[in-house]
Amino acid sequence: MIKYTTNSLNETLKLGEKLVKNFDTNIIGLIGELGSGKTAFVKGVGQYFGIKNITSPTFVVMKIYKIENNKKYNNLVHIDCYRFEDYESLIDIGIKNYLNDKKSLVLIEWADKIKDSLPKETKYIKLKLGKKENERIINT
Amino acid sequence: MRILGIESSCDESAIALLEIKNNKVKILKNIISSQVNIHKKYGGIVPEIAARHHVENFFPILKEAKINFKKIDNIAVTYGPGLITSLMIGVELAKTLAYVYQKPLIPINHIEAHIYSNWLSHPELFNKKTFPALAVVISGGHTNIFLMKNYGQYQLIGQTVDDAVGEAYDKVAKILNLGYPGGPIISKRANNYKGEDDLNFPRPMMYAKDFNMSFSGLKTAVLYKARAEKNWNKKKIDKYCFAFQNAVVDVLTHKIIKAAQEYKVKNILLGGGVSANNELRVALKTKADKLGIKTHFPKLKHTGDNAAMIAMAGYFNKKRAKKNNFSLMADANLEL
Repeated sequence: MIKYTTNSLNETLKLGEKLVKNFDTNIIGLIGELGSGKTAFVKGVGQYFGIKNITSPTFVVMKIYKIENNKKYNNLVHIDCYRFEDYESLIDIGIKNYLNDKKSLVLIEWADKIKDSLPKETKYIKLKLGKKENERIINT
Repeated sequence: MRILGIESSCDESAIALLEIKNNKVKILKNIISSQVNIHKKYGGIVPEIAARHHVENFFPILKEAKINFKKIDNIAVTYGPGLITSLMIGVELAKTLAYVYQKPLIPINHIEAHIYSNWLSHPELFNKKTFPALAVVISGGHTNIFLMKNYGQYQLIGQTVDDAVGEAYDKVAKILNLGYPGGPIISKRANNYKGEDDLNFPRPMMYAKDFNMSFSGLKTAVLYKARAEKNWNKKKIDKYCFAFQNAVVDVLTHKIIKAAQEYKVKNILLGGGVSANNELRVALKTKADKLGIKTHFPKLKHTGDNAAMIAMAGYFNKKRAKKNNFSLMADANLEL
């Protein structure tokens, strides 16, 4: 486990952009309270693939972005479990199609809510609010 | 022309019947069955529960509506964006009714329908002179500014880069333990407050050159101030609501007015749940009036999700009406 500290929104974006290169799985679970930088981290990952329009998926639950010109991935799938109580409803939405597709990079916010149902190869990233307003502690 | 509208993109199951003759709109039926009380305890909408309730709700409201299908011309239905499991119920219902009664089906974009909610109560908008107009959709899932050059012509000129404005209301309400949905309660508590706004919440991206907005940073600023706060009392919560709402209204009015000036529009049209916010309406109207730009807001009952606006959008999309459209599929990420 490596611990990172970021001191601005921009640094959290940059960290996401940097860490994506080291991912050895296509499933990333993000765990952290409201405002801890989960969406910002995913935006950073998106930046690495040239996706600029990532916004909060809270309302529609799952947003899918096309990844162009990349050997490893075709899609970035951004899921938000904020409103979920269980994994069953994610199956209705079609999560399995993406978890089983190695060409889809799946990033799941509030992954702790469905941890028991996620595959073993899921990599978890924990985000915490720091003491200072813009500080975030990110454990990978 | 009589159009039946069907809406199920989120937690409202709704049916409406409109009659439109010589640019006059008559709302013959407008029935909404909301699940907001069911979802309150979860602090938001739970998709699986929402879909199940749509199935249960549509049959009673269809019965209540007593629609004479012989007398309708078209069926309009929301096919996106929204929760896929919720959208599917409305789309399948509409496809079935259209098939059984052999009526043409019109697929409707939910965001576009929020814009057309203004036509339900402003007959003066039935006019090419309405354009160019600025159409602003602000709700739990959307924060979009469109330049509308004519009916059906939209150019997205600004949007949120993170959270939707209604989502920020919901999440701030959660931070302050005020329950769900956040909009009405925060607005009410803000009105209770008499005093200065000394919390100085940020106005993210307000002075950026484009028309994009950000509400996530504002949410986080509220979170940090609230976390450091001791001795909560009723007045302090009111103050937080007041200061948060001030920041939201400042950013929205600033961006909307700037866009209206840049694109030299004649009208500003608001739509979506957050367009019910009175402070926003007053602030926007005051600024726009000074510039000679007209502002239009839907009636309060047409700001949230409803099917009357779907039927209204159906009227302006009647060219897309198709019989036996079995291939129509819900699209959760549909864009305008």
